[in-house]
Amino acid sequence: MAWTRKKWWKVLTAVLLLYTVVGGFLLPVPRLPILNETIRALHFHVPMWFGMIILFGISVFHAIQFLSSGKLEQDSFSTNYAKIGTLLGILGMLTGMVWAKFTWGEMWSGDPKQNASAIGLLIYFAYFVLRGAIDDENQKAKISSVYNVFAFATLIPLLFILPRLTDSLHPGNGGNPGFNAYDLDNDLRKVFYLAIIGWTLLGVWFATLKIRIDHINEKIEDKEMAHA
Amino acid sequence: MAHIKANIKKELLQEWRNKSAINGVLLYTTSTIFVAYLAFSIRGSGISPIVWNTLFWIIILFSAINAIGKSFLQEGSDRTIYYYTVSSPQAIIISKMIYGVLVMLLVAFLGLGIYSVLLGNPVQDQFTFFLNLFIGSVGLATALTMISGIASKAGNNSMLMAILSFPVIIPMLLMIIKTSKNAMDGIAMSESLDEILVILALNAIIITLALLLFPYLWRN
Repeated sequence: MAWTRKKWWKVLTAVLLLYTVVGGFLLPVPRLPILNETIRALHFHVPMWFGMIILFGISVFHAIQFLSSGKLEQDSFSTNYAKIGTLLGILGMLTGMVWAKFTWGEMWSGDPKQNASAIGLLIYFAYFVLRGAIDDENQKAKISSVYNVFAFATLIPLLFILPRLTDSLHPGNGGNPGFNAYDLDNDLRKVFYLAIIGWTLLGVWFATLKIRIDHINEKIEDKEMAHA
Repeated sequence: MAHIKANIKKELLQEWRNKSAINGVLLYTTSTIFVAYLAFSIRGSGISPIVWNTLFWIIILFSAINAIGKSFLQEGSDRTIYYYTVSSPQAIIISKMIYGVLVMLLVAFLGLGIYSVLLGNPVQDQFTFFLNLFIGSVGLATALTMISGIASKAGNNSMLMAILSFPVIIPMLLMIIKTSKNAMDGIAMSESLDEILVILALNAIIITLALLLFPYLWRN
């Protein structure tokens, strides 16, 4: 994981996010009824979900790596990516609720995607509870990795298939126009794609920091054990 | 194959010799239904179809968690070690799943019978409803068997079983309830085909994952 120590991608993250925040608020956006200026939330709400899915994906990747190699280090990667993914998920939900308040009139309108994302977060909360319930490090890593893979595979149909089967207020579902209706506008696209990369990289940065903290704590513990 | 057969036979024999588990679950379902009946205390007339449907599936869900949650519970740790030396993990999980499906089908169809007697049966399209109940029971049983395996490794407390299983079960349960509602309203089965296919696909995912992941779970 030497690349995580490299500076360039952290600089890139900072630049992208600076651009997202400044550009997202100041660059021109299309005028659409109801949405109006709230369409700027696109640069903050949607990338959270993209980031969450990507981080959960990385987490599952490391969970599989752990199961096949048995290295505890992989489990530390897996759980920390899951933690930051959950954080992004909560932020995505909160930003979505603010946006929904202004466009749909209610913070929580029982939209299938809202419900699905709430269930998705429950899965990962359950994952953390499961980890808390087991003391032995190896057992904890193994069992929670199994649950991680199992839960992720059931989360995917939840987020991508279910909302398309029922009516949804979200774009692209239940007869609503897809994102392309807005995306056709190049003004939005200029910020949106970069925002996704920026927020995701920020999540990865958080996770690598947490992994390093865990690593240091482990070393300190080992040292104390050796002295005692 | 021989392992699977032997394992299923063992599960069934074990169940037959001490009938406490299956009787307990059946009694659990029956008394829950009876409580629901007494609480609504109106025979058929006052309970709306949506409530009928939702209540039925919630009762089935909780019965399933109680019934299948036990599937790894009765095995003591030394006996588990013995099983693992004589058969492969895949054989064990498959036989547990088949056993779970059998129990679940018994609970679901018996439950439906008692439920219909006490609270009426407003279902219009019986065939689709039964088909859905069948697929749903299979899905719940397989998913819960796997979760039960995970929970059993983590101290086997029942709270953990519920926490771990609800989020995994919900997508399937939503599809099942929707199909069930369609069948109740007598809407043509072709309308629910999407949902039925999703349930089957979820089942396939769960069984595949269980086969892949269970070997990691039992080896300590």
